[in-house]
Amino acid sequence: MPEETTVSTTTAGAPGGRASSAPLLGRDAEPTLFELSHPGRRSWSFRTTGIPEVPVDDLVPAAHRRDAPVDVAEVSERDLVAHFTRLSHRQFAVDLGAYPLGSCTMKYNPKVCDTVAGLPGLAGVHPAAPASMTQGWLGLMVELEETLCEVTGMAAATLQPAAGAAGELTGLLLMRAWHAAQGRERHKVIIPDSAHGTNPASVTLGGYEVVTVPSDDRGCVDMAALRSVLDEDVAGIMLTNPNTLGLFEEDIADIAAAVHQVGGLLYYDGANLNAILGVVRPGDMGFDIVHMNLHKTFATPHGGGGPGAGPVAVSERLVPFLPGPRPVRVAGGGPDDGFAWETPAASIGRVHTWHGNTLVLARALAYILANGGDGLKRIAQVAVLNANWIRRRLHDAYDVPFDRPCMHEVVLSARKLKSEHGVRALDVAKRLLEEGFHAPTVYFPLIVDEALMVEPTETESPETLEALAVALERIAAEAAELGQEAMAAHPLVTPVRRVDEARAARHLVPTFDARG
Amino acid sequence: MLAFLGLTSVDELFDVVPEAVKLQRDLELADGVGEPDVLAHMEGYADRNRARSDRLVCFAGGGAYDHEIPSVTPALAGRAEFVTSYTPYQPEVAQGVLQAVFEFQTMVARIAGLPVSNASLYDGGSAAVEAVNLGTAATGRQTVWVSEGIHPHWRAMLGTFAVGTGHRIRTVPLTDGVTDWAAAPPGDEPPGVVLVGYPNYLGCLEDLGAVRALCDRTGALMVVGADPLAAGLLRSAGDWGADVMVGEGQAFGTPLGFGGPYLGLFACSSSHVRRLPGRLVGETVDVEGRVAYVTTLRAREQDIRREKATSNVCTNQTLMAVTAAVQLGWLGTSGLAEVATRCARATRYARDAVLGVDGVTPWADAPVVREFAVRLPRPADVVIERMADAGFLAGISLEGAVTDGDHGLLIAVTERRTAGQIDAYAAALAKAVA
Repeated sequence: MPEETTVSTTTAGAPGGRASSAPLLGRDAEPTLFELSHPGRRSWSFRTTGIPEVPVDDLVPAAHRRDAPVDVAEVSERDLVAHFTRLSHRQFAVDLGAYPLGSCTMKYNPKVCDTVAGLPGLAGVHPAAPASMTQGWLGLMVELEETLCEVTGMAAATLQPAAGAAGELTGLLLMRAWHAAQGRERHKVIIPDSAHGTNPASVTLGGYEVVTVPSDDRGCVDMAALRSVLDEDVAGIMLTNPNTLGLFEEDIADIAAAVHQVGGLLYYDGANLNAILGVVRPGDMGFDIVHMNLHKTFATPHGGGGPGAGPVAVSERLVPFLPGPRPVRVAGGGPDDGFAWETPAASIGRVHTWHGNTLVLARALAYILANGGDGLKRIAQVAVLNANWIRRRLHDAYDVPFDRPCMHEVVLSARKLKSEHGVRALDVAKRLLEEGFHAPTVYFPLIVDEALMVEPTETESPETLEALAVALERIAAEAAELGQEAMAAHPLVTPVRRVDEARAARHLVPTFDARG
Repeated sequence: MLAFLGLTSVDELFDVVPEAVKLQRDLELADGVGEPDVLAHMEGYADRNRARSDRLVCFAGGGAYDHEIPSVTPALAGRAEFVTSYTPYQPEVAQGVLQAVFEFQTMVARIAGLPVSNASLYDGGSAAVEAVNLGTAATGRQTVWVSEGIHPHWRAMLGTFAVGTGHRIRTVPLTDGVTDWAAAPPGDEPPGVVLVGYPNYLGCLEDLGAVRALCDRTGALMVVGADPLAAGLLRSAGDWGADVMVGEGQAFGTPLGFGGPYLGLFACSSSHVRRLPGRLVGETVDVEGRVAYVTTLRAREQDIRREKATSNVCTNQTLMAVTAAVQLGWLGTSGLAEVATRCARATRYARDAVLGVDGVTPWADAPVVREFAVRLPRPADVVIERMADAGFLAGISLEGAVTDGDHGLLIAVTERRTAGQIDAYAAALAKAVA
């Protein structure tokens, strides 16, 4: 092996919080389940039912019957368990260590919420059962809705959207319905150039045209540019606040006034709501529509890419347009009179097949109950404290393009490393994986060169933050010392090394059967 | 830490927030409590759900089924590495999720009889919406013919999202339980998409050969909303000539959970892969030539393409996809056929028993495999309430779901139902409709 394949792991500083002890061996690829398959093996067993064994030919007309069984795989339970357990060992996770993936809010997910999601009285309920038989679920959802409204300063909410992007589209359809009810059609929605990609994609699906406004040299919405695009064809603006640079939009009151003045609505992308819990509320900033990412702010686990949950809360004037049916307290009823489904008068309709990602909603409520109003504010305070500590701690080793107090995350830049040593943000990220940390978000927001977006979250200890900072400092020093070629060789000790992404796209192999 | 930042109080961290918008009080929420109190509170809600499957024997379906979930499924899919990771943006440390999703894609593609599957969408309804978006983009036509036999909630979602996209959703009615394509709205432009259920919402098997012919005649994309578990017995959507298969994957190891999180399935022919919504995992190699997996064709997605993306989906239902891969691994080739067959047998047995009840008549005579609809002599809502007193969740009322549905009851019978339960159900139904 060439010399540069030696890994020097960080030993200086605090030992806390790193997953560098994890046995991510990665010597061989794990075979697919299909390669482990052997004819005749099986895992399944079913209950004894006493139902007569009618032949298949008598059950399904020949025209509809498949010729041969679907070839899935044939494995024993033992081999099935070994396979997926080995796969799990090839996967980094919050439960292994810090995951400072900016904008994604990878905080620790309390285990009590898993227990809640597994309660037979919640997990075993059919979604089409009548309200009379699902009062517990309706009550749970109403309590969550009321809680989310208090946290956001809004009047009512829908819990149906399954994720943030679904919430965005729901919000834009609410915006559209509200304008239509005012007897007008508008065509444009404004979004800052620092916005998440889901924002413009949702705007298009909502039937609107995207108008992008630039950020100013402080990293916030450029007020002059905003005013120049505001007119009576603007349906609204979508803002993330704090924005994706981790900065609070200090002009928010002026922005709200200017947008409202032309009859537009303000949409709050709740991706960063965790930064302001109990400190400032979207409703009080002037927002009309708010989506929340329960998997970020309220710690429901992200499951390797989902599920999430993206409830949308609205101000009073938009309540009649909310998706339906929605769970409500029985009109005029007391605390024991129960709950019912109700579809708002001018509802935009259904946005989920059932009632939303309900077991995720239950987890979020459990998290909120455990933390309480006092705890939610503490979450924001510690998240902001940790991010500022990282910013301050690393502003010598890395560029901090907007080096002023940030909120829950900080965007660093590797542009100096790149210009002086050819080492990119990607190289820093890949090298960090070897230190037992997940990488920060790289190359986002798009307006920062060589962006490294670090969101430490409130659940990491000072010792872990110190270990993370030491690792990042060490990597910057290494970059200067060893240069691009050496850095680009990393990672070396992960289950696989750098992956040929171009080949994946050029020779598409989306299934085992497409293997050449 | 505050001193390091030159601060004396935590509140100073929020000096950037203008005083005028700051919350000048505490949140009006109770203070935090410990785990036992949280569990007690949530158990209180759980206890108020009478329709939990350990209290009422479940005969409800409609896209959400009470199937066996073996011990291995939560044990494996519930592993913390799968549960507490994010979207696999760093493939070097995300091979576990990526490979599990690759295997899931393979299984879904094989079930669909189509070459490509994505990494999941939110639920069956959202998959149908995405299929319509793909089909209208591919054909350049905004008109969509949707069978009345498509799940009523899917149809409702199609209506909701069509307001933004401008698609014209036309419902083609059912006759005798199957779609009457001759009754499609006259004078319309030809459809860009035709969407049909297999089996449909009433459990009936549609003539997909006729749908293929219709699509050949009109140039529409053929989208089949298939039940992926019944597919263990039935000809695949791809075999029928479908361009896209969508479906609800809850049946593969995900609990009923009051409707979520579920699993949207989406498979299509190779020609549409560049319009595929959502994430796609592909196989490749690392720098040492070892097999590796990575999300691919990323240029379709919102974080790269922004307003020109094929979909806005970002977070999907990966954990449910991993769950399905485990559950399908447990079922395997023989088990998927076996569970579908057991459902079909139980459905046959139950249908015979239920139609033996005085005053209960079949909704339609079309063949069924896992679910069936009947007409009751009383409103279904009343019967469902009475059946609960006898210990059953009797099914789903068809009121509002299909034309003249208020006396209709949709009954699903999975492999978990025993002859004894079904006999008792029929006996209770006889009393409930009397």
